[in-house]
Amino acid sequence: MTKLIYERSRAGRRASSLPRHDLPRVDVPAGLARSRPPRLPEVSEPELVRHFTELSTRNFGIDTGFYPLGSCTMKHNPRVNERLVGLPGFRDLHPLQEQDGAQGALELMWRLQEILAEICGLAAVSLQPAAGSQGELTGLMLMRAYFADRGEADRREIVIPDTAHGTNPASVTMAGFELVGVKTDPRGNIDVEDLRGKVGPRTAGLMLTNPSTLGLFDENIEEIERIFHGAGALMYYDGANLNAVCGISRPGDMGFDVVHINLHKTFSQPHGGGGPGGGPIAVTKALEPFLPVPAVVRRGDDEYGLDFDRPRSIGKVRGFTGPFGVFVRSYAYLRSYGPQLREMSEAAVLNANYLLARLKDAYDLPFDRLCMHEFVLSARGLKRDHGVSALDVAKRLMDYGIHPPTIYFPLIVPEALMIEPTETEPKERLDDFCEAMLAIAREAADDPTLLREAPHDRPVRRLDEVKAAKRAVVRYGFEDHPDLSDGAARPRVAEAAQGV
Amino acid sequence: MSFLSLTDSDREEMLAAIGVSSVEELFREVPEGVRFRGRLDLEPALSEPELVAHLEALAARNVDTGRELSFLGAGIYDHYVPAVVDAVLQRGEFLTAYTPYQPEMSQGVLQTIFEYQTAICELTGMDVSNASGYDGTTVAADACFIAKHATGRSKVVVAETVNPQVRQVVKTYAPGFGLDVVEVPHRGGTTDPDELAAAAQEAACVLFQQPNVFGCLEPAPELAAAAGNAGALAVAHVDPVSLGVLEAPGAYGCAIAIGEGQSAGNYQSFGGPHYGFLAARAEHTRRMPGRIVGETTDAAGKRGYVLTLQTREQHIRREKATSNITTNQTLLALAGLVYLTWLGPQGLREVGETCMALSAYAKERLASAGAELLFPEKATFKEFAVRVGRNARDVIRDARARGVHPGYALGRDYAGMDDVLLVAVTEKRTPAEIDRLAGIVAEVAA
Amino acid sequence: MSAESYPDDLKYHPEHDWARVEGDTATLGITWYGQDALGELVHYEPPDVGATLTKDGAYGEVESVKAVSDLIAPLSGEVVEVNRKVVDEPETVNEDPYGEGWLVRIRIADPAEADALMDADAYKSHLASL
Repeated sequence: MTKLIYERSRAGRRASSLPRHDLPRVDVPAGLARSRPPRLPEVSEPELVRHFTELSTRNFGIDTGFYPLGSCTMKHNPRVNERLVGLPGFRDLHPLQEQDGAQGALELMWRLQEILAEICGLAAVSLQPAAGSQGELTGLMLMRAYFADRGEADRREIVIPDTAHGTNPASVTMAGFELVGVKTDPRGNIDVEDLRGKVGPRTAGLMLTNPSTLGLFDENIEEIERIFHGAGALMYYDGANLNAVCGISRPGDMGFDVVHINLHKTFSQPHGGGGPGGGPIAVTKALEPFLPVPAVVRRGDDEYGLDFDRPRSIGKVRGFTGPFGVFVRSYAYLRSYGPQLREMSEAAVLNANYLLARLKDAYDLPFDRLCMHEFVLSARGLKRDHGVSALDVAKRLMDYGIHPPTIYFPLIVPEALMIEPTETEPKERLDDFCEAMLAIAREAADDPTLLREAPHDRPVRRLDEVKAAKRAVVRYGFEDHPDLSDGAARPRVAEAAQGV
Repeated sequence: MSFLSLTDSDREEMLAAIGVSSVEELFREVPEGVRFRGRLDLEPALSEPELVAHLEALAARNVDTGRELSFLGAGIYDHYVPAVVDAVLQRGEFLTAYTPYQPEMSQGVLQTIFEYQTAICELTGMDVSNASGYDGTTVAADACFIAKHATGRSKVVVAETVNPQVRQVVKTYAPGFGLDVVEVPHRGGTTDPDELAAAAQEAACVLFQQPNVFGCLEPAPELAAAAGNAGALAVAHVDPVSLGVLEAPGAYGCAIAIGEGQSAGNYQSFGGPHYGFLAARAEHTRRMPGRIVGETTDAAGKRGYVLTLQTREQHIRREKATSNITTNQTLLALAGLVYLTWLGPQGLREVGETCMALSAYAKERLASAGAELLFPEKATFKEFAVRVGRNARDVIRDARARGVHPGYALGRDYAGMDDVLLVAVTEKRTPAEIDRLAGIVAEVAA
Repeated sequence: MSAESYPDDLKYHPEHDWARVEGDTATLGITWYGQDALGELVHYEPPDVGATLTKDGAYGEVESVKAVSDLIAPLSGEVVEVNRKVVDEPETVNEDPYGEGWLVRIRIADPAEADALMDADAYKSHLASL
């Protein structure tokens, strides 16, 4: 068992050193002063470094091995980007610095905007949203503002397919729209006949990922465009799967009016264990006036600035101009590829189809088509014949030193395994993965308990998520701490939350 | 330069296994009408050395705090980031990991988030913290959403002394959330509890900032009480490095504590990425947005950590989720945890005391230089507002010509303050630097 | 957990909810199929006593680790009792969905509504078609 940093804490230890000045202390007025110090850890630097190093060894990243999480695009994160983000001219720049003192940052952002606009085939870009979800929300707010501006505020419905990421319906709610669902047909495309009946004068737009979460390019995209634009509605592109189509097909050419891009998926921002990310949006000229404020603009040959005079802007979705450190990495990544970006997408699609070809007979294949950058298999045959689930397959893969794929998504495929290798994997890694998946399929028949009790070789065995949900312990309580237990009863969170 | 591992012979073998003759054939299902047949209009690819040279040239066009003595604050601050933060963040197992949905592969990240949640609860005096929000502005919108669910009310009261970008983001989110935002003006640099109490009738929550945008200390316990008496949730937006010397919001009646985490362990980085923190009383747990890590045991009875209460989140609850947030700011929150661990409780208190002592010294020296404190009667933490006798933007220009950025021009956001500078003094400043600031202000102020 | 069963003395709603009619009151819960699909329950969000239920409308929620499900009212009525045991120990529903795992007791608004519900055989046929 690994100790918590609080369990390593001992009174009187300290890592920090701070400058002292010979100045009189200023007291905080009575009533506002801290009454009890926070129980932060007291550790020396050597133990601090050991603690976090040990924790890192209990974690698996792309740097550790193959990470085929569908829809997450776990590609290699270039090391040069880390050096660039640390340049003092970027790292130590205050966001409210005068514009003439931030020309390098503004130029970088402007150039990144231009590159993203070109990749998307659209007119204007805002880099402000902090993540894909926030990009979605921003895009929906833009659509709402656009229709209000045209006197069509009664367009309240957004159409979303049943394969959509959960973020799509959640964003629809946060933007104050209503959700209309549309079905997927047996080829994995949106069911166009189902769609026709659902688009009309109350429709604000469509939210679609293309290729979809099934890893399939919607063959009817041109007809879908006619339906939505014909009804006076807009089309929103969820860019989560952009890795499949850079230089192959541009969302603007598919007919989309608003696109969000996930810089932490397609454009190499490291995932960091859950963030940061970046969710810039690209739009048509018609939607440009509504973009968040300020806009990053070019004023002259070599002069860049922030334009706050945007009377029709929806406002601000995040502080300052967005997650700048993420822009540095994505910009560097895109400049590394230049127009050869298409090779990235071609390799991603090749790698995925190779895996599909090798695995589709051992697992159930819900949609028998070529895939794009990812594909979905089903473990329902294994469940039916041997009583092992997609979860069990995922846990057993861990014993092979491979991170599981995405499981149980999209919702329309039972026992789903969504696999996305990305373009940076060499063929040997793909072959190792196939060998592991084929071995697991055999193990399911010969020794299903091995799967049901997996993993066996990780720092912990299978974890009890039911217990964690029933009695949610969400912080260390200090009750057993030798120095810091104060005997004060602190609520165990779930008990206090029951029935409220 | 690319990051591909494929060779030509790899491609041939793979195409044969798939049963197609070319990579182009793999795209045969993309309708020709949407096929991009051109060449992306992008500048040629750069090799790594060329890339570094290009980015270094861009960086050199920025005047960062290493090149100019700066007293700029207004939400983002030049605090010291210790070397251990960089060292931990560069561990590839943290840097390149995904969200810990598969807990047996991710005990490292999960445990750091659990430790971070604990630290935020300790700082703020709350019972539950999430794993982070995007930044100090969006967590304010999150808090309003929680309050609406908790009270059933849709009015939100925001003090004018809350950072203008926080207020602007709340107003941007408000229409979609169905919220009405009402602002309460400041009185002499702080918020009047009676005025706040009047506005708080029928409100879901009251949002105030401590210390506030002017650096002044609000009568926070009275503001919280005013909210509570009206049946509204008190939401305090707090500075994490002030919480060694200032009282925890949980100790004076707040329901929710939020803030911008940047001061605790992140570089300024032109505004991001950073992390927003959000913590609340236990009763609001199921309304919290974002990820939450919980403790559990494994099949062998060993302690471990998992994402928990996931039914709040978008991937399960979809259109009824507490938020659409997925990717958040885990790596930056990890930096915050490492920073707070490095500091310890003594160190945190010292940072706070040093900021206060140095800014008191700066107030004196600037007064002697002819600048006039805007709110002389008010206690402050690490920032304060001074009148410089002429347009503050011009004073900034002239001071920068002498190598010092003297502070933020508050007139951009507040009426009647065109001659006011907001001066931030962190523990990185020295008395000698403050003397230099005072000398320059004496020259360039009216 | 419990073995699959669908008692004959109950009426069933296609969204996997059951009703036991007892004079002018009814006890409501979820079926074996419903609890099996969700997995082990970790949370029950009940309606308040006194709340009005409308037939076919949602009246509360149950959650497992990986899913959340609305509870659908098979009949309209007023809540007279909530099963606190399930609030404290939601897994009771998995162990005994028709007995200790009952969710609410209501005073029935319109007895004729029960005629529209399925009996055990009809519900079993419904399950076979899913």
